[in-house]
Amino acid sequence: MSGLLVSLILLLTASALPLAAWRRPALASRLGSWGGAAACGVGLASSIAAFAGSVTASRAWPWVTPVGGAFSLALDPLSAFFLIPMFLVCGLGAVYGRAYLAGDEGRLALGPSWCFYNLLTASMIVVLTASNALLFLVSWEVMTLASFFLVTYDHDRAESRLAGRLYLIAAHIGTAFLVVFVLLGRRYTGTLDMSQWPAAFAGIPAARLGLLFVCLVIGFGTKAGFMPLHVWLPEAHPAAPSHVSAVMSGVMIKTGIYGLLRFGTMLGTPALWWGGLLVAVGLASCVFGILFALAQQDIKRQLAYSSVENMGIVALALGVALVARALQLPTVALLALAAALLHVLNHAVFKSLLFFGAGAIYRATHTRNLDALGGLLKRMPRLGLGLIVGAAAISALPPFNGFVGEFLLYRAAVLGLNSDADAGMILLAAIGGLALTGGLAAACFTRLVGVALLGEPRTPEAAAAVEPAGAFRWPVTILAALCLALGVLGPFLVVRLAPLLSLLSGDPLAKVSGLLAPETGPLTAVTLMALLVLALVVIVAWARHGLLRGRDVREAGTWDCGYARPTARMQYTATSFAQPLVGLFVRLLRSRRRYAIAPGLFPASASLNAETRDVVRERVFTPVFQFVDRWLSFLKWLQSGRVQLYILYIVITLLGLLFWTLRGGA
Amino acid sequence: MTSWLDIVMVLLFLTDLGLLGSSRLGVYVRLAAVQGVLVGVLPLLVQHTLALETVAVAAGTIAVKSVLFPWLMARIMRGFDDRRERQPYLGYTVSLVLGVLAVGAALWISRRLPESGAGGLAAHGFLMPAALFSIFTGLILLVTRRKAVTQVLGYLVMENGIYVAGMVLVPESTFLVELGVLLDLFVGVFLMGIMIFHIQREFDHIDTDQLAALKDWGGEP
Repeated sequence: MSGLLVSLILLLTASALPLAAWRRPALASRLGSWGGAAACGVGLASSIAAFAGSVTASRAWPWVTPVGGAFSLALDPLSAFFLIPMFLVCGLGAVYGRAYLAGDEGRLALGPSWCFYNLLTASMIVVLTASNALLFLVSWEVMTLASFFLVTYDHDRAESRLAGRLYLIAAHIGTAFLVVFVLLGRRYTGTLDMSQWPAAFAGIPAARLGLLFVCLVIGFGTKAGFMPLHVWLPEAHPAAPSHVSAVMSGVMIKTGIYGLLRFGTMLGTPALWWGGLLVAVGLASCVFGILFALAQQDIKRQLAYSSVENMGIVALALGVALVARALQLPTVALLALAAALLHVLNHAVFKSLLFFGAGAIYRATHTRNLDALGGLLKRMPRLGLGLIVGAAAISALPPFNGFVGEFLLYRAAVLGLNSDADAGMILLAAIGGLALTGGLAAACFTRLVGVALLGEPRTPEAAAAVEPAGAFRWPVTILAALCLALGVLGPFLVVRLAPLLSLLSGDPLAKVSGLLAPETGPLTAVTLMALLVLALVVIVAWARHGLLRGRDVREAGTWDCGYARPTARMQYTATSFAQPLVGLFVRLLRSRRRYAIAPGLFPASASLNAETRDVVRERVFTPVFQFVDRWLSFLKWLQSGRVQLYILYIVITLLGLLFWTLRGGA
Repeated sequence: MTSWLDIVMVLLFLTDLGLLGSSRLGVYVRLAAVQGVLVGVLPLLVQHTLALETVAVAAGTIAVKSVLFPWLMARIMRGFDDRRERQPYLGYTVSLVLGVLAVGAALWISRRLPESGAGGLAAHGFLMPAALFSIFTGLILLVTRRKAVTQVLGYLVMENGIYVAGMVLVPESTFLVELGVLLDLFVGVFLMGIMIFHIQREFDHIDTDQLAALKDWGGEP
């Protein structure tokens, strides 16, 4: 706990100092970066120790508020589990960010950006450890605002401002539901002290608990990016600087999952429909998320949609766990819960890796458009290798870490299939959806690697790219190593989760360990097989290297195909690679295509432009907000611009209230 | 003591009515200065013992409200060509009628206010109505006048009313609270003075209604 406090104080200092040094951007950047990295190092060590030792600790300070708030922090295995990836990604992001932002020195304000970056990290510590509901809401809001300012960092661009506005609106709609949840919770229990809530919720009617649960799913789902509340993600992640995208996508959206787990477990035994709701939300998120990812040309937008997909997988796992809890299937529930937790950890690792990599590519080539890249593996081999590992991990290929969570989820769903007719249907849908998602994800990231890294460069910028500096590359390398390590150590990790699973499920530790131990067998077997394949690949590569030594090796352009004058334009583009799959789902995706073919027998120029916008945003949110805007615009006359009239409104209101209060008394 | 208090209250009513009925900015400033003296001596009349604190608060209030503020205002107005409040949203006669109605409302409200712990003070017939009437006068000035200087004065008058009301409702209000209020007021007026100065430099006038072009809606397509 004291390590966390040290980290918190360091972060607050490291957010104040860059602001004070705003006139000297290089100094501000150094202060913010070092301070943030040091604080995250301390926090990481402390939270790993806390998780390994299943430490529970709490601290409270008095805080004068009218409704019963207190500045009380509590550390338990759940907090520690979410703190570990948070510190890891934020720390690496602080190192990476200094190199990334150096390109903007003089054009954009670096001091404020570092201030908000470290404030975001600090607020996430409090969000993940708050044990008072009011403190939780306040730190939640600080987190939202800090990330808003980070998204609008490049505020000269209309794209950033739009993204920021969208994010702010979406985040506050979500927070509104959380406020309702906290207010209802306080009304039902009479306290804001979260440690007393589980006991106090026990005697509450099921309908009210259901209402609370729906508030939680909407409130936290907006932050986590569940469909159809995901609309802010594909705008905000591309607009933000890459280290911020990595932090937001890698860890900040996970606070939504943390909230669901923290508050959801307080509500006691779930009804069957709770799990059904989460499974439905999860299925929609993962299938649509990955389909939209497949149809994007912007790398970071694709990664943002892929975050929607991965959060969908987590929601799916949580849904399966809830269904199993409702039907008294402890093994299935434990496995699904373990799957959700591991996928949260793993997604934090590989998604931040991919965002770091995408940022490095953007800095090297000045474009995020896949169709303007190509051939980068030859130009930046080390970064490229890291990206390939990340893509394999996110496609859930063994022995990398993305596989572990999804495998556990499959296993849980299959185990539960025969238990009950209704649940069987839900679990079958989960398996089918997950399989479809997995296939599409593999296609999606094959496309990313194939189009950006392989082939020949499509533009002079891509051709001129060189291996980026160490600060860009090392975070990617570290995370890639972690992808492999977490994948290989998967079975071991599952066992280590037992104390946390026992905390979440309420079952005693011995029972949880007993149920989990036999279930790690298949995972171990698959991991060993994959390791063998990996070893085989290494051996083959080594043998090839040995065989080619001393011989004449000629290198030709990729896709050379014996043509006399091949050009880079003869390659598959990102759009054409995805076309067969996107075409299958065109009714859902509503992709638009524009052709321009010159007339004549020998057309000189032709163009094809395909674009896929967010269906939910275009078909649901935009019309709804336009409708609201139309109906509320008659209120515009209230804002006349005259100070006198505004004061008159206040006077009329106050006098009206005064007369209304005094009307009876004498 | 009570007769002196009555006289001060009557003078307060009269200055308020004078503010509502006049059009010259100079008269406004002078009447506000007089009001400053009136509310300044009030603590001396209300407290039965002459503590050092009371004298200090009275002296401070008078110094700020009837010396410093009028001097500031006069400085600001030195550059004006036009020292009249022209074309207010409500004419002077209508404002006076409204003022008389406000006197009625003030009396009605003060009769119905819950008895506070003030004891003798609340029982004094005119303190609370005078306070409320000053607040209403300030609000009327704020709402119906155009010039920024008049707006500042409206704010000052309203604060005078709040000061008197505070004395009635919270007689145990300490030295510190009153000092705080005074400081608040000073900063407010000071800032407004600077703003008026800059608005005038920038736009060549201090008509607040022309600032309406700065609103969010409808100004630009």
